[in-house]
Amino acid sequence: MKKQCEVLIVGGGNAALCAAITAAEAGAKVTVLEGAPKSHRGGNSRHTRNFRCMHGGPLGTLTDIYETQEYYDDLVKVTAGKTDTELARMTIEQSEDCYTWMHEHGVRFQPSLSGTLSLSRTNAFFLGGGKALVNAFYRHAEGLGVEIYYDTQVTHLERNGGRIEQVVVTHEDQEFRLLPKAVIVASGGFQADLDWLADAWGPAARNFLIRGTPYNRGVVLRDLLDQDIQSVGDPTQCHAVAIDGRAPQFDGGIVTRLDCVPFSIVVNRQGDRFYDEGEDVWPKRYAIWGRLVAAQPDQVAYSIIDSKSLDLFMPSVFPPVKAGTVEELATRLELPPAALKDTVEAFNSACKDGPFHPTELDGLATDQLTPKKSNWARPINQPPYYGYALRPGVTFTYLGLKVDETARVQGQDGALENLWAAGEIMAGSILGQGYLAGFGMTIGTVFGRIAGREAAHHVN
Amino acid sequence: MSIDAIGEARRQVEICNACRYCEGYCAVFPAITSQRSFLDGDIQQLANLCHDCRGCYYACQYTAPHEFDLNLPKALGQVRRDSWHQYSFPSGFGAVFQKSGLAISLAVVIGFAFVFWIARQFAASADGQGFYAVMSHGLMVAIFLPAFLLPLFSLMVGLRRYWKAVEGAPVSASHLMSAMHAAARMKHLSGGHGEGCNFEDEDRFSNARRWWHQLVLYGFLLCFVATSSATLMHYLLSMPAPYAWYALPKLLGVPGGIALSVGTVGMLAVKMKSDSALSDQRFYGGEVGFIVLLFLVSTTGLGLYWFGDGDWLGAWLAVHLGSVLAFFLLMPYSKMAHGFYRMAALTRDAQRGAEHS
Repeated sequence: MKKQCEVLIVGGGNAALCAAITAAEAGAKVTVLEGAPKSHRGGNSRHTRNFRCMHGGPLGTLTDIYETQEYYDDLVKVTAGKTDTELARMTIEQSEDCYTWMHEHGVRFQPSLSGTLSLSRTNAFFLGGGKALVNAFYRHAEGLGVEIYYDTQVTHLERNGGRIEQVVVTHEDQEFRLLPKAVIVASGGFQADLDWLADAWGPAARNFLIRGTPYNRGVVLRDLLDQDIQSVGDPTQCHAVAIDGRAPQFDGGIVTRLDCVPFSIVVNRQGDRFYDEGEDVWPKRYAIWGRLVAAQPDQVAYSIIDSKSLDLFMPSVFPPVKAGTVEELATRLELPPAALKDTVEAFNSACKDGPFHPTELDGLATDQLTPKKSNWARPINQPPYYGYALRPGVTFTYLGLKVDETARVQGQDGALENLWAAGEIMAGSILGQGYLAGFGMTIGTVFGRIAGREAAHHVN
Repeated sequence: MSIDAIGEARRQVEICNACRYCEGYCAVFPAITSQRSFLDGDIQQLANLCHDCRGCYYACQYTAPHEFDLNLPKALGQVRRDSWHQYSFPSGFGAVFQKSGLAISLAVVIGFAFVFWIARQFAASADGQGFYAVMSHGLMVAIFLPAFLLPLFSLMVGLRRYWKAVEGAPVSASHLMSAMHAAARMKHLSGGHGEGCNFEDEDRFSNARRWWHQLVLYGFLLCFVATSSATLMHYLLSMPAPYAWYALPKLLGVPGGIALSVGTVGMLAVKMKSDSALSDQRFYGGEVGFIVLLFLVSTTGLGLYWFGDGDWLGAWLAVHLGSVLAFFLLMPYSKMAHGFYRMAALTRDAQRGAEHS
């Protein structure tokens, strides 16, 4: 590896590539260091499927309009106000231009996928998903002469006052010390470092599944936070949803989601219910179920349905466990059969007659049952019975680096001269809590482009 | 074995159905998402809709080394070839031609030898002109009519079996039109965005394969129409060959032959560039052999026209007719079957689209 480089980009996902392409187009010599091997390049971007995009009128695959104010209101709702108003508004306003920019750089869009109609107005779907986007960006970056190194882990950024002087890199079992003029960090959060997650959240986190890349271990994030860089975001929190308990430890991605909860009862290892499964439509509730399951013994829960409900939700990647009776299902799921039978019977006798509408809040609630099920409460009495194990699946962590509107990283005593950040590593500035579908990719694209532009300007 | 191939494809299809990121690439994915469970016939239908464009492979977050180990084009490719073999008639014969280029070459050599032998055994009628001086028209018809009709009949039996397996309904004109419309443009090889497939250079999109294939397809159709027009001229108008360059059989056949020759060379070139490890290598020889055979059929036909005068006529004719004979007889058992099954799958897909809307 060459010691001297102009713009050095740490990371190889969407934000890193947007930065690389923008800087290269502005005339800078760009080097990208991707920690993963080529087969797993792209960080969590490879698992994404869309980005949330403001638009004043129909735009490509996006229908109708989605104005800044509505977008911002949606963000405030999910974050309960934990956002930086100025950065958030800037990101939203610049998202519209991202659509065209992505298209110009090889990304192709498709109408919103079947089962996601609710997003057709707000989110632009990548044809083939995030890995296709990542492929297009890599190809484009290579065409611009960007040097790309895979399997290359940055271990240390050496700060000297307001500057990053050296970057220490491990590549093919060798250590290199690079001397870049400008550095952009876009290397994601720390959710794949289970030890760190357990330190932050508690030992229960060791039972969490990580939905995305195993390469987001927060090495660069921690290194910078140890050097008096200002942080944002709650260091103890991660975004976790309830996913199929049989998912792989890492990289299970989209297919491990389970949408059966609203039509089911969910019990813990003791066979007891613990929360209202029908509180709201699933897109508004799936995110809280990660926490709910995380709070149960052994961080596991079981969603139980009968044959009436099997076709009401998106198919699961693994077939459900199936049995002719509730007790038999309990045995197969390794739950106490008598307890599960009692729970189902108590639930069934609390169900009332009434119209059932799977796609809207139908008010079909249980009567005098704790916890209550507020909607879609139909007795579970039509064999065969089906069960899915649920576990918390971590999507991302909130802790990140504080940046300003030029993506410049902030030290305790002011902005650093030659260090910028983009993507998940700084998203906590804007997304302090909760999640808004497709917003991570928007932040990555907007800040990646800003960081690339600023870094190129700095070296030119 | 076909059961394992179907099982493996089903495993992968069920993962795709939980993901759906590739919905916009081609007809396979909307067909997947319209179902929750997949019978063997459903999987075979998906397999015959797939063009092996690899758009979904390169976009897939679950390819090896991921433990889900997805390679849908490969899995469907195995099922597809198994389905042609399973439904072929007479059953259980000819699987070797799908796999072995050597078997195809042997068939061609036997074709040459046979035509030579026939030509020597039966002296042509003295009044025959051009190639009819080497082999009489009546003899040619006696050999090639059954050699064309029997394989066609065999394919029709196979298609009927396929149609039953995919639970096809009676075919209407609109379904057929829809299928022909898709095939005429190779719509499903467009990548959904019109930029083509990911065949020759990893994830780069290109329409090269689509263009070459259509050159082959339209070249073949032109040759077919040329031959048919000659047959009609012979019987209805009493205008036997040879024909002048401005006669219909030549006006259609010469450009058709050129297109077929150039197209097959292009197909071979993109095939050589593609990553063969991504598809089932057992069929590589058979596919290359088939393309070479098509090239031989068209090139020797042109050769016969341009160079087949005087002493060389007999040789050109034997080489040309020998390869045509091999091509016809192998139709149900070579890659040629794919065109027929693809049309059936596209027709069924149009039906299913109508059933779902």
